[in-house]
Amino acid sequence: MTLSQTHRTIDAIWRMESAKIIASLTRMVRDVGLAEDLAQEALIIALERWPEIGIPDNPGAWLMTTAKRRGIDFIRRLKLRDQKYVEMARSMELYTEEEADRALDEEIGDDLLRLIFMTCHPVLSQDSRVALTLRLLCGLTTNEIARSFLVGETTIAQRIVRAKRTLKAEKVPFDVPTGEERNERLSAVLEVIYLMFNEGYSATIGDHWIRPLLCQEALRLGRVLAEIAPQESEVHGLVALMEIQSSRLKTRVSATGEPVLLMDQNRAQWDHLLIRRGLAALERCQKLGRALGPYALQAAISACHAKAPTADATDWIRIAALYEALSRVTPSPIVELNRAVAISMAFGPSFGLQIVDELKDEPLLKEYHLLPSVRGDLLIKLERFDEARAEFERASLMTRNDREKELLLNRAIACKSKIST
Amino acid sequence: MRFMMIVKASTDSEAGVMPNKELIDAMQKYNEELVKAGVLLAADGLQPSSNGIRISYPEPGEKPKVMDGPFTEAKELIAGYTLIEVKSREEAIEWAMRMPDPHGFGQGEIELRQVFEPEDLMGNSEFLVKETTLRKQIEEKKKRDIVSNT
Repeated sequence: MTLSQTHRTIDAIWRMESAKIIASLTRMVRDVGLAEDLAQEALIIALERWPEIGIPDNPGAWLMTTAKRRGIDFIRRLKLRDQKYVEMARSMELYTEEEADRALDEEIGDDLLRLIFMTCHPVLSQDSRVALTLRLLCGLTTNEIARSFLVGETTIAQRIVRAKRTLKAEKVPFDVPTGEERNERLSAVLEVIYLMFNEGYSATIGDHWIRPLLCQEALRLGRVLAEIAPQESEVHGLVALMEIQSSRLKTRVSATGEPVLLMDQNRAQWDHLLIRRGLAALERCQKLGRALGPYALQAAISACHAKAPTADATDWIRIAALYEALSRVTPSPIVELNRAVAISMAFGPSFGLQIVDELKDEPLLKEYHLLPSVRGDLLIKLERFDEARAEFERASLMTRNDREKELLLNRAIACKSKIST
Repeated sequence: MRFMMIVKASTDSEAGVMPNKELIDAMQKYNEELVKAGVLLAADGLQPSSNGIRISYPEPGEKPKVMDGPFTEAKELIAGYTLIEVKSREEAIEWAMRMPDPHGFGQGEIELRQVFEPEDLMGNSEFLVKETTLRKQIEEKKKRDIVSNT
């Protein structure tokens, strides 16, 4: 193996092991910034020694043991009078590599869970949570994170440093919250993962090739979370949602780079492996027997589309019912608007129009071009072309996207020709 | 990136002899590791080739030749596969290295292959043209259907 090959291998191993190592060290030293530094030191030692001695049989355990030794040294140097640390250091020292490996297997899931609760802590800003999670849980480099978000590397580096400092200053504990707090904190974790996913998903249109990395990382993290918190039904709901949405990643854009709507996508090109995985995750979620939360409901809606062999075969009645349930769990005018579309597909445009008309004065939708555009759609179906034309014109003034504006104006013109005939 | 780890067949796997418990446990533990790391997409074991058929086209344009199993040369056959999604080729190699020896008596062999992504195919202009023509045909058919329906 050449030196650069060895380095690339070490990079790959680091990415596979770093989250576990940082999590274990955080439990030891109770400071996530320090834990990362110590883990990095172990990486540097590996980079120096592995090209000489070869890559160890169990590189993960090697890195973990080396990092823990650095941790013990650090605690000793501090000469902490705290008896707890001294004992911890002593018991760590007694571990052989094999024992450490075994202990690792049992504790690692818990430690990873604690770490993700920490990096997604509400004391941090949304941006910082995402950056810190990508860095510590996904093992991405600052450069990769920066490129994924199209911001400078320094910005991301500073964001991460500040986040670690805040966690320390606010004395955020390294534990899994219980009771009511657990639910709130878990939804903060899921929010971070879904935000990561959406950032990547919405950016796949365009030529930022690196951004799908975010989708993949979010999905991977979701799958990891589903293993370490298998009793949380919303975790499976989110995984199901991301798997199914990912199955359409490649069909959402035409060969010329234009967005392709769900109903027009080539279903044969959907990734059926991911659909199957998504449906399985949804089933896991439903088997827990709890009322479906917002992620599970969105996943169930997505599953309806995934299961339909053709666009015409879509079960709109079920989708309408699921939107109804979703609007009860998380009431929002956007969910209502979607429900209106589903209702119109299931029962006819006049029923959908009723709901849309109720949203007319909704302040949150005041600038939302999809409200008049959906209304225009329904009016066309009801052959009220004059009103439809006005809606499309209104919508065209609201969108900032040129391509969309053009599309809406064309639809308005099409309405005009219908009126004249 | 997706990679497939292909486990080659052995005389045992072809004879339908189940691996010993130790090996099954090791494989299970390995698969659990893949799941916990969030990289496993799919994994399956295949029945012996005695249960399979082979379809070949020795004469282009002619009817295919169908042959019943079993087939010889165990090493050229497949006993199972594991599909993973990882960030780099090195990561895939690292995972493949961690897979236990799948047979344990000198015949174990794992082949690691990268799966084509749609982007890889998109780079092929011929493929693109075919896609576009196919699309156009579908569109026109749709239009004709609408006309004939009205």
